[in-house]
Amino acid sequence: MSADGHAREHEADLHTRAIESLLLEKGVLPEGAVDAVVHAYEHDIGPLNGASVVARAWTDPDYRERLLADGGAAVGELGFGGLEADHLVVLENGDGVHNVVVCTLCSCYPWAVLGLPPGWYKSPAYRSRMVLEPRTLLAEMGLELDDSVEIRVWDSSADIRYLVLPRRPAGTEALSEEELAALVTRDAMIGVAEVVP
Amino acid sequence: MTVDLAGDAAPPRRNGELVFEFPWEARAFGIAVALRSRDHYAWDDFRVRLIDTIRANEQPYYASWLQSLERLTLERGLVAAEELEARVAELEHADAHDHAD
Repeated sequence: MSADGHAREHEADLHTRAIESLLLEKGVLPEGAVDAVVHAYEHDIGPLNGASVVARAWTDPDYRERLLADGGAAVGELGFGGLEADHLVVLENGDGVHNVVVCTLCSCYPWAVLGLPPGWYKSPAYRSRMVLEPRTLLAEMGLELDDSVEIRVWDSSADIRYLVLPRRPAGTEALSEEELAALVTRDAMIGVAEVVP
Repeated sequence: MTVDLAGDAAPPRRNGELVFEFPWEARAFGIAVALRSRDHYAWDDFRVRLIDTIRANEQPYYASWLQSLERLTLERGLVAAEELEARVAELEHADAHDHAD
């Protein structure tokens, strides 16, 4: 980096630290608030869009059909995705079939509906083992599937991103769409977990 | 917690992940989102400002982000211009002092 570049970064660093320290001292932001945001976006985050899509698919059979036919368009109906949606394919879990998503080459991920990818999704271990031994790895991650269930592993790429449409748990008939969405986890939409009521 | 920024205002991503080149970028991101989550401004207030700043300047994305954040916090009275200036000077002095040791 040039001397100018260093100076600019240094200035930016000073200003950011100054703003943060002042906001903390004045009680505008509590201790840990900024850390929590950064941590969430780096590790955890915001699959709320995807959850809304899943809940809509569970409660609206026509929407479900459109979602399975053209994921990007259907997701767009709810206002998600936009210019960066890429080609989204939705995979429906059903009797005897369980779908799980990986990106063996890098860490392609449908962030428009799932926020940022979790750290483990980006790990070499996940990326290689999910293709080689999905049943074992899923069990290690807490999802034990009966031998009779076919596991389909889908490899994402820059061109195609996958979203798993998990099975709607039993006993949720009385729940509203919003309540259903609250049950849906990012892990279930990647395929390493099921949705529990 | 979702951050709705598309088009010109979209943060840099690599394979879908947010990319921070320097630690201050992540802090600036976190501060902006944390303030919004406490209703110090609407996300649209920040977003519009961000887009305008990006379009008016040839500079890296987070430079525009920081500029927008700084202006908004000053405007909303969350920090005062003099105290911000003073704190920047303080930190610079402290840094220089450390490096000199």
